[in-house]
Amino acid sequence: MKVALIGLPNCGKSTLFNQVAGYKAETGNFSGTTVKFTESRVRVAGEVIDLVDLPGAYTLQSGSPAELEAARYMDSQNVDVIVNVADSTQLASALSLTFELMQFNKPLILALNMMDEAARMGLHIDGEGLAQELGIPVLPLVASKGRGVKGLFVKALEQARKKENKTRNIMDWTAEASHRQSIELAKKFVKQGERFSSMRDRLDDILLHPIWGYVLLLSVLLLFFQAVYGIGKLTEPPLLAFFNLITNIALAPFTQGSLVSQLLLGILQGIAAGVAIVLPYLLPFLLGLGLLEDIGYLPRIAFLMDALMHRIGLHGKAIVPFILGYGCNVPAVMSTRTLEEPRDRYIAAALATLVPCAARLAVVFGLVAYYLGSLAALGLYLLNILVIALTGRILSNLLPDVAPGLILEMPTYRVPTLKNVFNKAWFRLREFVVEAWPLLIAGSAVLALLNYFQLAYIFNYLVRPFTWMMGLPAEVGVPLIFGILRKELSLVMLSQALGSTNFAAVLSPTQMVVYATFVMFYLPCLATLAVLRRELGTKAMLSISALTIFIAFVAAMFVRGVMLL
Amino acid sequence: MPNVPRSHINGLMKLLNVPLNTQVKFFSVVDASLIAKLNQYGLYQGDSLCVVRVAPLGGPLLVQVNGREIALGRDIAEKIIVEIK
Repeated sequence: MKVALIGLPNCGKSTLFNQVAGYKAETGNFSGTTVKFTESRVRVAGEVIDLVDLPGAYTLQSGSPAELEAARYMDSQNVDVIVNVADSTQLASALSLTFELMQFNKPLILALNMMDEAARMGLHIDGEGLAQELGIPVLPLVASKGRGVKGLFVKALEQARKKENKTRNIMDWTAEASHRQSIELAKKFVKQGERFSSMRDRLDDILLHPIWGYVLLLSVLLLFFQAVYGIGKLTEPPLLAFFNLITNIALAPFTQGSLVSQLLLGILQGIAAGVAIVLPYLLPFLLGLGLLEDIGYLPRIAFLMDALMHRIGLHGKAIVPFILGYGCNVPAVMSTRTLEEPRDRYIAAALATLVPCAARLAVVFGLVAYYLGSLAALGLYLLNILVIALTGRILSNLLPDVAPGLILEMPTYRVPTLKNVFNKAWFRLREFVVEAWPLLIAGSAVLALLNYFQLAYIFNYLVRPFTWMMGLPAEVGVPLIFGILRKELSLVMLSQALGSTNFAAVLSPTQMVVYATFVMFYLPCLATLAVLRRELGTKAMLSISALTIFIAFVAAMFVRGVMLL
Repeated sequence: MPNVPRSHINGLMKLLNVPLNTQVKFFSVVDASLIAKLNQYGLYQGDSLCVVRVAPLGGPLLVQVNGREIALGRDIAEKIIVEIK
C-alpha cells in the first residue's frame, strides 16, 4: 500500500510525515524545505504502508521540475491513495491543489491541518459541507501535536480499498480555473468569526519595523552568537581534555614515534576534531537555528535584508547562509538548498565559505588581536565583508540573473515544539557525522603518515612560490595545508612550525596580518568541502576552492601592500 | 503588454506604486515569463492584492493575498500591473 502526502509549501506535510515515520524529512517554517522525495515504510493503524512525502507545490501545472516530478509520481500506478494536506487557515489557496489532485482519478482524502491555528484566528470551517461539495473525505488534523493522525490514516486506507471513487469530473480545468473555484469554495465554507487581534500583525509591526526591525535583528543575532560561543567555550576544553586522556591511554602500549603510534594518533586526532567541532559549536548552533526557523523568523530576516543582498547580486533568502557562516561554514552551505535557482545556490555557497567561521576567528584573534590589538582584527573583519561584497558583485555579473527576484511566502508565527527542534538538529548533525567526519579522520591519518615518513616538508616547497610572494617564511606551508583539516590548526601548528609560541619574536606585524588574511579566505575546511560537494557537486566544489585560494592570495597581497606603505 | 503609464490611466498602475493598505486587483504582468513563477506561489490574475508593508532602502513589498502574505521584490512588483478597485 502506497500513500502519497502532498500539499502547499509549509502546510505541514513533513511534520505529519515525521509524526508517523520518525524524523526523516526536513521541516521548517518556510516554503520549500522538502526538495526531494522522502519515502519511508511505516506501520500505522495496524498496517504497513509506504509513505511518501512530496515537495510542496501550489500547483502541478506551472511546469517547474519539482512539480512535473510530483505529477508523474502521482500518475504512476503504485500510488494507492493521495493524502492532500491543507493549511486550514489558508483554504482559499489550498483547495486549488485539491482540484488538480482530483484530476488524477485516484482515491483522495483532504486533511485540514493546523485546525488549532484556524480556531485561534476565529475561522469556522464547514468540513462536512466541503466534503459533500468535493466528494472526498475531509478530516481535521493538528499534525504538530499528533492530533487526528491515526484517524486520518485509517480513513485513507479505507479509501484506498474502495473500488470506485466518486470524485467530480473536472478533467479539463486549468490551474487558473482551479484557483478561482478554490476561492469560491473557501468563501462558501469558511466563516470568519470574531477575529482575535492577530498576534502576527502586532509582532510584524515591531519585527519588520523600518528601524526597530533592524535593531532587533542585530540583537537577536548577537544573542544567538553569544549563546553559541558561550556554550562552545564551556564545553570544548573538557572535551579536548577528555580526548587527550584517551589518546594518552591508547598510545601508552606503543613506542613513541613508531608508525603505529603516529597513525593511531592521527586517527584519534581526526575523531577528536570532529567531536570538538560538532558538540561545542555545531549542536548549539543547529538548535538555535531550528528555533528561529520554526518560529518563522528566518523569512522576516530575508524580508529585511533583501535590499542589501540585492547589492551583491542575490536576494533576501540568501542572507541565511551568511549568518550561519560566522558560526560554522558547514550548516551555512547546507542552508543554501532553500534557494531555488542553482545560480543563487552557487553564489551564496561560494560567499558563505568566505565568511570567517568560529575557528578562523580563533586565528584572527590569537594572532592579530593578541599581538596587534583588537582594532587590527576589526579591520580584518571589515576587509572580509568588503571582499565578500566585491566577490558577490563580480560573481553575479559573471553569472547573469535568470530569477526574477524575491518571491517569498511570509508564514505566520508558530510556537515551536521542543521535540521538533531537537529532532531537526539531530537530523542535520547526522549529515555532518556521516559525510564530513569520516573525511576528517581519513585526512588526519594520511597527514600522520606523511609526518612519519617526514614528507610534510614537501608542502613547504609546494607552496613556496605563494608564501614567498606573500613575504612569509617557508615554514608556514605545513600549518597552511594542515589548516584545511581544521582551521584553528593553522594557528596551533604555526608555533610548531616556527618553533616558538611567541609569534612576535618570529613574525613581523606585516607577516602576521598577511598570514591571518590568507587563512581567513583560503580553502574552507575539509568538512565544508565535503558538504559543498554533496550540495553542489564536485565541479562546483573545485571551482569554489580555486576561487577562495585566488581571493585569499589577492587579499593577502593587498594587505601586504597596505602594511608596507 | 505595451508600456503602461506610471500614472493610473483607466485605474491601472504598477503594484510598486500602489499606496499601502489599498485593495487592488491583479490585472496582468509585463513580463510573460513571470506569470508561471507567480502561479507557482499561488498568485493568479484576478486575485485581490493589498500591500501591507514595505521594507526600507528599496526592499521588498509585503503583499496580502487570499489570507496569506507574500514578500515580492521591487523588481517583481514593478512588473505587476494592478487595477484600482
